[in-house]
Amino acid sequence: MKILVAVKRVIDYNVQIRVKEDNSGVVTDNVKMSTNPPDDNAIEEAVKIKETGKAKEIVAVSVGEEKAQETVRKALAVGADRGILVKVDGIVEPLAVSKILQKIVEKEKPDLVFMGKQAIDDDCNQTGQMLAALLNWPQATFASKILVKEKSLEVTREIDEGLETIEVNMPAIVTCDLRLNEPRYASLPNIMKAKKKPIEQFNASDLGVDTKSRIEQIKVEEPPKRKAGIKVASVEELVQKLKNEAKVI
Amino acid sequence: MSVLLIAEHNNKEVKPFTLNAISAASQINEDVNVLVIGSNSDEVAKSIAQVPNVKKVIHVNNSIYENYLAENYTSVITKLSENYSHIVCSANTFGKNLMPRVAALLDVSQVSDITKVISTDTFQRPIYAGNAFATVKSNDKIKCVTIRPTSFDPAPTSGGSAEIQNSDAGEATEIAKFIKKEEIKSDRPELGTARVVVSGGRGMQSGENFKLISAVADKLNAAIGASRAAVDAGYITNDHQVGQTGKVVVPDLYIAVGISGAIQHLAGMKESKVIVAINKDGEAPIFSVADYGLEADLFDALPKFLEELNKLNTIQK
Repeated sequence: MKILVAVKRVIDYNVQIRVKEDNSGVVTDNVKMSTNPPDDNAIEEAVKIKETGKAKEIVAVSVGEEKAQETVRKALAVGADRGILVKVDGIVEPLAVSKILQKIVEKEKPDLVFMGKQAIDDDCNQTGQMLAALLNWPQATFASKILVKEKSLEVTREIDEGLETIEVNMPAIVTCDLRLNEPRYASLPNIMKAKKKPIEQFNASDLGVDTKSRIEQIKVEEPPKRKAGIKVASVEELVQKLKNEAKVI
Repeated sequence: MSVLLIAEHNNKEVKPFTLNAISAASQINEDVNVLVIGSNSDEVAKSIAQVPNVKKVIHVNNSIYENYLAENYTSVITKLSENYSHIVCSANTFGKNLMPRVAALLDVSQVSDITKVISTDTFQRPIYAGNAFATVKSNDKIKCVTIRPTSFDPAPTSGGSAEIQNSDAGEATEIAKFIKKEEIKSDRPELGTARVVVSGGRGMQSGENFKLISAVADKLNAAIGASRAAVDAGYITNDHQVGQTGKVVVPDLYIAVGISGAIQHLAGMKESKVIVAINKDGEAPIFSVADYGLEADLFDALPKFLEELNKLNTIQK
């Protein structure tokens, strides 16, 4: 079995982002970048499945600028066998990313595609479902538990009401929730080894995918600031304020 | 120009967030049609027909739709799509799962999780966990849009009498199968729509200690929320998680107890009307969004808080 894992390079989750003064976007220059957190869970799950002997090869793929190579390299250090980088400059919408991934899937013919359920930059939550639609594969989104069976997966999904379990035939797309597993850290020897693993590079245009934006970003603004509140000295004061000032209890 | 809204329901009742999505849909265009895909779901179709904002209900009733699978819903929606300028649904786990599958098949770039309708093609949506808002214009012929339910008031549920039109089912999918749903039943108000939410974080130290939260929540008729840290630690189940990848809540009163206030948690609650933070770390970021901050050990403060609430003659429900 072969697993393709898609990873995205995003602003690190601990960074407090800043909006550009001309409202054209957010500042990304000299800002710490990392792998999109649930994509780390996707890699981890693929590596765990390989460790049970059920998967033979893991291919990590990223779509983005040249520097996204670092994100692929990190996946290689954690246990992916080889990497693919599809280079695109600027904003690429999930629809274009899923079309690029479709081309990669057609080339690589994996049995499973894993990725994070959502990227923490644009918060779109679309790519996995779109790829599943384009391939006419089943989708198991927001996965918090995966059981690999002979020709299918049993996946527990986190939904608003609680948990749902579905069975999807392979080949399938799984989008991973943060609670799926605990991503490991790459060891130094593995980081060194990853430097020797191959990363194949393409341009999106080589694959025949049009990445032109369909959505115009008109402006990006800071959210309205909350007025600074006060500290209360005691529980009694808190209850009095809530009752008589805020009038919410 | 008409809007096709996909209803979320359990074959008996329509889910509340569908009503918020209907409000948003009618801001896009007054001609709102609601698609109910279900099994023995007549009651759902009838109740939606009574929503005054709804002009027509399209009902697809077939046993293959007993359980919701995106793979099953998609073909019904894409077949109807040519009559519509917009396809919309709520941006909760239902709509997030469904809409991109529809959009990709229609070759549409979806606009996710909108918080404001600016015009028929222009919307506002949060990015970076709500630390920025983007105004975006969709240039696709059909627009696929998901709606952040808490940003729109629910539509009224009576007074309307829309026509109900039956429509054909699609083919049943063979690639995905529903197995089971573990719904957590509770007598409390739903987290997404509750007037008051009391949330606990890692500071609670154990699942057992959440009974301190429950006691206060009982008194205030509140829903119980949690930070991701508390859910990850196993103190409480995932359906309580508030934040960027959990639920977004906008209650009148949000009480954060033992929650430090990571960006990802603030994303889910900072639009609340009044925020209270109880934390023993006076430097915790949660205090920067709190209207009332109490720097105290929660194990002293929560029992005392309950005691003070008990002294009040009346409490709003």
